[in-house]
Amino acid sequence: MTDHDDTRPHMPLGLALRGYTGVIQHLSTKDTGSALSDIELESRLIELGFVEGARVEVLHEGLVGRDPIAVRVDNITIAVRRREAMAVIVA
Amino acid sequence: MELPLLHLALVGTPNSGKTSLFNALTGSRQKVANYPGVTVERKEGFFVTPQGRQVSVVDLPGTYSLRGRSPDEEITRDFVLGKASGETVPDLVLCVADATNLRLTIRLLLELKRTGRPMILVLNMFDIAARRGITVDVERLAKELGVPVVTSIAVRKGGTADLLALTDEISAKLAAEQQESSWRALSVAELRATQREADRIIADCVSLPARPDTWTARIDAIVLHPVGGLIVLALILFFMFQAVFAWAQPLMDLLKSGFDGLGEFVHATLPEGLLQSFLQDGVISGVGSVIVFLPQIIIIFLFILLLEDFGYMARAAFLMDRIMGGAGLHGRAFIPLLSSFACAIPGIMSTRVIDNKRDRLTTILIAPLMTCSARIPVYTLIISAFIPAKDVWGFINLQGLVMFGLYATGITSALAVSFVIKFFMIRDYAPAPFMLELPDYKAPRLKSIAIGIYTRAKMFLVRAGTTIFSMMVLIWFLASFPQPPAGATEPAIDFSLAAIIGKALEPLLAPVGFNWQIAVALIPGMAAREVAVAALGTVYAIEGGKEAAEQIGQVLATKWSLATALSMLAWYVFAPQCASTLAVIRRETGSWGWMAVTFFYMLVLAYAASFMTYNVAVALGAG
Repeated sequence: MTDHDDTRPHMPLGLALRGYTGVIQHLSTKDTGSALSDIELESRLIELGFVEGARVEVLHEGLVGRDPIAVRVDNITIAVRRREAMAVIVA
Repeated sequence: MELPLLHLALVGTPNSGKTSLFNALTGSRQKVANYPGVTVERKEGFFVTPQGRQVSVVDLPGTYSLRGRSPDEEITRDFVLGKASGETVPDLVLCVADATNLRLTIRLLLELKRTGRPMILVLNMFDIAARRGITVDVERLAKELGVPVVTSIAVRKGGTADLLALTDEISAKLAAEQQESSWRALSVAELRATQREADRIIADCVSLPARPDTWTARIDAIVLHPVGGLIVLALILFFMFQAVFAWAQPLMDLLKSGFDGLGEFVHATLPEGLLQSFLQDGVISGVGSVIVFLPQIIIIFLFILLLEDFGYMARAAFLMDRIMGGAGLHGRAFIPLLSSFACAIPGIMSTRVIDNKRDRLTTILIAPLMTCSARIPVYTLIISAFIPAKDVWGFINLQGLVMFGLYATGITSALAVSFVIKFFMIRDYAPAPFMLELPDYKAPRLKSIAIGIYTRAKMFLVRAGTTIFSMMVLIWFLASFPQPPAGATEPAIDFSLAAIIGKALEPLLAPVGFNWQIAVALIPGMAAREVAVAALGTVYAIEGGKEAAEQIGQVLATKWSLATALSMLAWYVFAPQCASTLAVIRRETGSWGWMAVTFFYMLVLAYAASFMTYNVAVALGAG
C-alpha cells in the first residue's frame, strides 16, 4: 500500500479524537480484541466503506469513554466502537 | 392470453428506502408472514403493471452483501439464489439504491450480478439527490454496470411510473434461457476489488456536491452531543409516554363505552340465560377489554415508525450503546426494548437487528420485563382501588408515583437480569461489535408509516380475535359450569370448575396473599395479561355489563387487603404468564428450553417479589 502522505504518522482510527480528519491507509485486523474473526471484521469494515483511500472524519463521540464514534467515511456516516476502529489505520 | 404471475424481489442495503418503494408499489395489498422454519418477516405485495401484468413482489431483508451473516441476510441470499425452500425463484430482481448514497449499493449490485438473475437498479429518492446537487449519468451508469437503471421517487404519486414501464418492457422479453449463477462467497480480496470497481464506476457516473447534507450535520450536532443528545433522547421518550397515556385515553374511553353499550344492547335484547351471558360476559366484555388498547398500540408504533423513518433510531442506539453495555446489552437492543413497552411480541421480533446470538438472546430474555401495555389495565385497576389520589410534596400525584415506580422496577430488574446473564451464564464474553450506518435524516414518509401502522394494528386485532377470544370463551365456560344446583344460595361461581381449580391452587399462592379468585384470574391471564382484569370481573360475578373498572375496583377494595393488592402489583411487574410472548420466544430462539427458562425465571421473580411485598406489608399492618 502506498502512503500518500509521508508527513503524517500512521495511527489507528480507534485512537482518533473528535474532529480528526485523515485518509485510510490500510486495514489491520490483527489483535484488535474484537469478538469477530480477522476476516469477518475486515469484510464488514469494507462493506461499510472502510477501504484504502477513503477520507474519514471523526464527527461525534459517545459519553462513556468517548465511545462509540461516528465517522464520516467519504459521504456516509458510520457508527463504530473504538475497539473495531483500531483495525482501520489512518494518516 | 393471461400471463403467469411475475415474481419480483426487492434487494437493497438497510436505509435504501426499499420498504417505502415496496409500499408505493403495492399500497395495502400486502401479506406479512414468516419464512418457513425461521422467524424472518416475509413481506409480499401485489400490483398490476400498466400493461396489465399481475405482479407479486417480495421485500427482502436489507443487507450489505450476500454473505448471509444473520438469519435475515441468509434469507435474502437464498431467495435470490433460488435456494429458499418453498419459494419461487424471482423472475426479476430490483436492486434498490438510495440515490444520495450509492457506494455500498453499487458494490452489492456487482455481487448480485454474479447470481445471473435479471436485474434492474432502482435509484430511489432521486428527488432528494437532485436537491442536494448530486447528478447521476443514468445512461452511462447502466452501460458500465450492464443492467438497466431507472430512477424513482417512492413517496410521490406517479414517482414509480418509469419503473413500472421498464418492468413491463423487461418482463416481455424475459428469455427462457436463464443465466447460470456463478456466485460464491467473496474473499476479502474480492470484496475489496468489488468496492474499488464500484468506486470507479461511481466516480465516472456520479458527481457529488462539495458539501454534505448540512441539515443532517446540524441536527447531529445537537442529538449526538454526548450530554445534550442524551437529554434529547430522554425528552423524546418522556413525550412518547405522555402521548401513549394521555392522548390515547379519550379514544380508549370511547371504545370502552362502545363495547359497554353493545353489551347492554345484548343484555336487553336477548332473553336471560346462557346465550346472553356468553355473548355479554364472555365475548363482548372479554374481547372488548383487550381491543381498548388499540389506541395505545397505534400511538407507540406511530412514534417508533416515525423515529425510524426519520433516521433517529440508529442515533438512539449510538447514544445508548456504552450505557447499556454496562449491563451487558448491545446498543441495538435499545430499539427492541423500547418497543417492548408497547408489547413484548414486536419487541422480541425486532431483536433480529442484533446479529450476535448471545446479545440477541439476552435481549429476548429481558424484553418481557419491560412494562408492556397489557399490564396497564391491571396496574390502573389496583392503583385506583387502593392507592389514595393525594399529592405528595405538593405536586406529585401518589397514584402516578406508584405507576412510575412499577415501570422503574421493571427496567431495573431487566438491567439486573441482563447483568446476571452476562456475569454467570455467558462467560468469555467479548462484546459484539457495534457497526451501524447513521443515515442522513429524511422527512418521514407518511403513507409508508400509515401502512406500517395499519399492518401492525391488523396483527393485533387478529390476535384479539383469535387467541384472546378463545381464552375468553374458555374462562366463561370454566366460570359458568357446572351450573349451581337448584335452590343454592351461594354465588353461582362457587360451584364452577374455575372455583375448583382456584381452590386447588390457593395453598400455593396463600403465602403471597392471593385468594382463590386471583388464582383463577391468573390462569386466563396466560392468554394475555390484561384478560386478568376481565377475569376478576367475571369471577367476582359482577353483573350489568361490567361498565367500569371502578366497579370492579370497588369490589376489590372491599374483598382484598392492601397487602394483597400490593402483592398483586409486585406479581405483575414480573408476571411470566403471557402465552403469546412465550410462543414468540420459542419461535425466535428456536428452543423450548429458552422459553422454559424465561417462564421459570420470571415466575420465581414474581413469586419472590410478591412474597416479600406481602409479608413486609403485613408486618407493617396492611394485612
